[in-house]
Amino acid sequence: MRREPGRRRDLLLGAELALVYAFLYAPILVLVALSFNDSGLPTSWGGFSTRWYGELARSEDLLAALRTSVSIALVVTAVSTAIGTLLALGLERTVRSTVLDTVLFLPAVVPDIVLAIGLLSFFSIARITLGTHTVILAHVVFDMVFVAAIVRARLGYFDRSIEEAAQDLGAGRVATFFRVTVPVLLPGILAGALIAFTLSFDEFIIAFFTAGPTVITFPIRIYSMIRFGVTPVVNAVATLILGLSIALVLLALRLARREARRAVEG
Amino acid sequence: MRLGRKGARRGRATGTGWPSRALFLGPGLLAWTLLFAAPVGLILVSSFLSRGTFGGIEYRFTLDNFARALDPLYVRVLWSSIRIAALTTGVALLVGYPAAYFIATRPARWRLPLLVLVVLPFWTNLLIRTYAWIVLLNREGLVNRALVGLGLTERPIALLGTRVAIVLGLLYAYLPLMILPLFSAIERLGVAPRQAAADLGASPAGAFLRVTLPLTLPGVMAGCVFVFVPTLGNFIVPDLLGGGKAIMVGNLIQSQFFQARDWPFGAALSISVLAVTVVLLVVQARVLTRERRLAARAA
Repeated sequence: MRREPGRRRDLLLGAELALVYAFLYAPILVLVALSFNDSGLPTSWGGFSTRWYGELARSEDLLAALRTSVSIALVVTAVSTAIGTLLALGLERTVRSTVLDTVLFLPAVVPDIVLAIGLLSFFSIARITLGTHTVILAHVVFDMVFVAAIVRARLGYFDRSIEEAAQDLGAGRVATFFRVTVPVLLPGILAGALIAFTLSFDEFIIAFFTAGPTVITFPIRIYSMIRFGVTPVVNAVATLILGLSIALVLLALRLARREARRAVEG
Repeated sequence: MRLGRKGARRGRATGTGWPSRALFLGPGLLAWTLLFAAPVGLILVSSFLSRGTFGGIEYRFTLDNFARALDPLYVRVLWSSIRIAALTTGVALLVGYPAAYFIATRPARWRLPLLVLVVLPFWTNLLIRTYAWIVLLNREGLVNRALVGLGLTERPIALLGTRVAIVLGLLYAYLPLMILPLFSAIERLGVAPRQAAADLGASPAGAFLRVTLPLTLPGVMAGCVFVFVPTLGNFIVPDLLGGGKAIMVGNLIQSQFFQARDWPFGAALSISVLAVTVVLLVVQARVLTRERRLAARAA
């Protein structure tokens, strides 16, 4: 081991990574700090205060938008988790085709705006009135792909002999599926569900195009607030949303990892 | 991998035939066909149709939309989007490679936490992450105050509404998507090739340029595609940081649907974005298959 030149290189690279972290987190931390700034101005510190959170709690239209987004995200999560899990099993076990894999995962790759205008045109030609249901349909199509990818990654660790054992012991195929396959995959499925919820809850562009004029999701509401100008309430909203997303994603990662470890160890 | 294949073979024996295939793949394929293939196909079709008198689409074939997209005015927007996307991708690669390299060469137990720290912001709301830059780049924002404080400028300068702001915002949004595939490529490579090059007398720089970099090229390609594609058609970042001007094609597309109400022209514009995306994906797939074939031959 020639350590000397390697150590200097590591130091430089480590410093670069530290700068990357600073770049990624400084803007977020500034928002969090400003959300507790009594003056509400980005320019001067007026002391610690939670008044903007109070104002947020009293803002009827923000709360209504929040309710809309949560209910959309819940339905989308349920539907896309079910479809995505089945898709993962189907792709892993029945048809093994790279072409099918690639093609099915396209909704996650195509630029949002292309999918958004495609769906808007589709709904308008099919004479489907825009509303909550069209946002749900639009979100399901890319969320199911993410769920499928996550569940599929976990399927790699799946030991199918336990399914055979269940069938040898007299369980039917349906019973085996619900009492063996699903419970074993559950952490991966939950991880997929959490990611699906976050993606739907945060999604703006596709909802913006497919919601129609009456449905206002949380991101659509935030967008119009931001366009209007920098308001202190947005900082409070931003802090809460960032905290929620980070918590959900960390939970998803933890679930996915625990399952992987258990599969390897046991 | 080997386990999976064995499982699949055994699965046929336990009767995973077409009924279960339809059950597993059916709902997903149905949703994919109706809500992805049909809408994207529709964009293609409607880009050849005429604009209705009151917006919407009239079923009359025309090539006008594409002819109009070639108007210098619009070509300039498309070209400027490609340039902004390319610049963002290039900067992301330069910033991302050393970071990915450092993470991939740490002891195994450090890698995941370090990587999670990189990816975490990506999973949070893009609107809010972009809004943070409005706060920072404002005339009274922290960046301007730092510039004045350091004596780099006398008075606050207009940062919002510039291309610099857009590139910065896009870099902020998509840098994790560059680091992730670079990390897995460098990690998969391991230390052996580097070590061998050093043992054969290569300088560290030579070993990097002639061994590490070529061998991690698939990761470089994947990262570039992951950053370039969402950047090219981006709407949020140029809309919020670009000061309302139609600098990028995403804004132009959006305005065709909400303000100009010329859907077929909007469709033609997004076909151009889609075409660039597809070309990039095909090139990437080509590079990957070639690498895999070379690796197989070497093994």
